[in-house]
Amino acid sequence: MVYLTRIEHFNAAHKLSNPAWSYEKNEEVFGKCANENWHGHNYELLVTIKGEPSPDTGFIFDVKRLSNLIREHVIEIVDHRNLNVDVEFMKGKMCSTENLAIGIWQQLSQHLPAEVQLHCIRLYETPRIYVEYFGG
Amino acid sequence: MNKRVAVFRREHFNAAHRLFNPDWDDTTNEKVFGKCALPNYHGHNYELEVKVTGKPDKKTGYVIDLKELSDLVIKEIHSRFDHKNLNLDTEEFKELNPTAENIAIVIYKLLRPHIKEKLDLQVRLYETPRNFVEYPAE
Repeated sequence: MVYLTRIEHFNAAHKLSNPAWSYEKNEEVFGKCANENWHGHNYELLVTIKGEPSPDTGFIFDVKRLSNLIREHVIEIVDHRNLNVDVEFMKGKMCSTENLAIGIWQQLSQHLPAEVQLHCIRLYETPRIYVEYFGG
Repeated sequence: MNKRVAVFRREHFNAAHRLFNPDWDDTTNEKVFGKCALPNYHGHNYELEVKVTGKPDKKTGYVIDLKELSDLVIKEIHSRFDHKNLNLDTEEFKELNPTAENIAIVIYKLLRPHIKEKLDLQVRLYETPRNFVEYPAE
């Protein structure tokens, strides 16, 4: 079994705010991240797939195709967007890095060919903060 | 000891912004600024490097106390811009397009009065790991 990772990146605005809570409660829980006029990040996305290299190509999967699929189904949708307002697959969810990683997993797993096994979504919100999601 | 030395302090802040010229229509803004003009904002992890150049002080050996420089950057820059929408939440960009170029100039102007005149100041601002600007340019 070999793991293969493709790195992509996107920039987006978001805020952390639970619509069921008051502004004060949101500020208490989320601090500056609750700023009503948004803030933003340079997100770094690592998509890892796993499998056995094909005897014919030596590849698990054509990494250029993987890149194109990530770009089409994730980057095009989130890049330079407001995650709370513009992104269909985050509608009704809290725009935390955790939920965004799960959303990206669900988005990608729908569009990857059946023979490709998704292993991990690692998503950096800042160079010092990242989450990992392994599905399930 | 009379040689000039450059010392650096790195800080960072996260902010939302959009690039647009209010004198232009949406089509022109989109043509010039592309995705950066999208109406609901996007954002960046800005990385700021502040460079101070001068001769080390004879008594301390410092060009500038880096703790004092750090406190200054946090007070004047970080507290003003971190987790803010540059277009909506800051006085500085109410009528100024928040490009990396303009943000660097604004940061320089905010810091300059607090640093001794005999010391040179330069700011380098990373908007992304691959896009950065410097002011003043050599």
